[in-house]
Amino acid sequence: MKIGGPVASSAYIELMNVVVCVKQIPDPAAPQSLEPGTNTLDRSGKLILDDSDAYGVEMALQLAEQAGGGEVTLVSMAPNDETSGLRTALAMGAASAILISDPALKGADALTTAKMLAAAIKRTNADLIIAATESSDGYTGTTPVQVAELLGLPSITFAKSVSVDGSSVKVERQTESGYDDVTSPLPALVTVTAGVVEPRYPSFKGIMAAKSKPVEILTAADLGVTAGQTGQEITSVVEAEARAAGEIVVDEGDGAQRIVTFLEALKLV
Amino acid sequence: MAIDKIWVVAEATEAGPTTVTLELLTAARGLASTVEAVAWGTTTAANAAVLGEYGASTVHDIGDIGDALPGAPVASAIATAIASGAGPTAILVPTSYDGRDIAGRLSARADLPVLTNITGLVGGDELTSQHPIFGGAQIVNARFTGQAPGIFVVRAKSFAAESAGGAPAAVSPLAVGDLGATNAAAVVTRHIEERTGPKLDEAPVVVSGGRGLGEAANYSLIEDLAKLLNGAAGASRAIVDAGWVPYSHQVGQTGKTVKPTVYLACGISGATQHMVGMKGSKNIIAINKDQDAPIFGVADLGIVGDVHKVVPALIEALKAR
Repeated sequence: MKIGGPVASSAYIELMNVVVCVKQIPDPAAPQSLEPGTNTLDRSGKLILDDSDAYGVEMALQLAEQAGGGEVTLVSMAPNDETSGLRTALAMGAASAILISDPALKGADALTTAKMLAAAIKRTNADLIIAATESSDGYTGTTPVQVAELLGLPSITFAKSVSVDGSSVKVERQTESGYDDVTSPLPALVTVTAGVVEPRYPSFKGIMAAKSKPVEILTAADLGVTAGQTGQEITSVVEAEARAAGEIVVDEGDGAQRIVTFLEALKLV
Repeated sequence: MAIDKIWVVAEATEAGPTTVTLELLTAARGLASTVEAVAWGTTTAANAAVLGEYGASTVHDIGDIGDALPGAPVASAIATAIASGAGPTAILVPTSYDGRDIAGRLSARADLPVLTNITGLVGGDELTSQHPIFGGAQIVNARFTGQAPGIFVVRAKSFAAESAGGAPAAVSPLAVGDLGATNAAAVVTRHIEERTGPKLDEAPVVVSGGRGLGEAANYSLIEDLAKLLNGAAGASRAIVDAGWVPYSHQVGQTGKTVKPTVYLACGISGATQHMVGMKGSKNIIAINKDQDAPIFGVADLGIVGDVHKVVPALIEALKAR
């Protein structure tokens, strides 16, 4: 959409600034482990951009593009000043990142994380905030709406489709029985599911450009938020009851009959 | 009992309180001296009998929220009650799309932490919650260490729903606090995806399909097989996201939890996300061409083979009977 070119309804192009909350998580392909003592997830190894955040970043880039321009800013919290996952999202096209990193935040729970993210987002000029419905490592699933509540904003979760129309966002929101069409005025927070868009692969040019895009690293003190106690703890971790080992066979044309026999024994056929 | 009062966030459809609501009321009865429900919408008075039958002595009625999403108004009402000293010792919230919104907003508004993905609760002086991790291989036991109430978000089918034969709950209005802009999201149209046959989370047999089916058209094999077994057709998140099947078919972490007598997984690898939704099935049958697929770790009968061969053969064998 060119500035000065034909416009549908308004005389001015509305730029739209989008903030995407992203998480850098232990590589899911590597064995996961718990910290001795606290039994929280061990985040000391390699961290990568959570796969579910690629959809949020892509959605943000597309919405900013459709609006005729606007910045996509990443906001994230990670230990050890980790930024490698952020560079992946910057390589896709995000403009800059704010990373909250502070030893005092080790083992932080969802509410503490939300307080930090909200404080960082207050430093941006966000029209729309996008996040995944839940992270792939902790899957608490509450951090985005906690952020929305702390910022006093409306939220729509489980978006299967997102579009922005002037000053409101329209979402198809997944429900137990199907989906609802939900709208909200901006600014608002939306959480997206995979399948909302197909994420782009960063180009070589994008990867190179990402190296010099600004990443601001802040501590809790920089944000003016006290880390505080999380108010919850893990008391123990135990092995779950194992199912008895099943019978695994290679199909040699008899697979279907084996299933029929199994179902017969259960009197289901 | 040592725990004085539990509030259960009671979701309802036109058909009445949801099954998971009744499950949480049943669980709460075994954990606390007093159980009360929190409800919203226009059907609370009509639902007071069932809520009371399952153990709620009072239902706190937030009233009609119009087209607003429940997260903000329900969280606000509960937070206001807590702030005025009228709150409970613990709050149980169902893991549903709206339940997650309510719990998250309540946590932020009342400045209380929240525990989610709970599959068990142990009572006593205080509540301990149980959470599956690492695909369900291990269970984490957790507790709150600060002030009450604790907010516990519990998965469906963690408890059985059992009537207590209780009297109808007394209805008591619960006021919503100041909402500001948080209440601005509104539902414009509700799309109910029609399905024939038994409900997915109630069917004794569930036949589910995943990416191994190859393409959307092949999902008809799943539907045919489900019908032959008088079951319901389900799906992995992967094929729901790909648009092959409606959202209401999704089984897993962010879909439905099912515990049928038989769960037949066709072309599903068994990602952690999916396992959480079906691991409690009494019998699991899996068909997958990859012998290392994680689903075989929970299958009672695993067929390492091509779904495009095994499923049609199974359909033929069942039709021939």
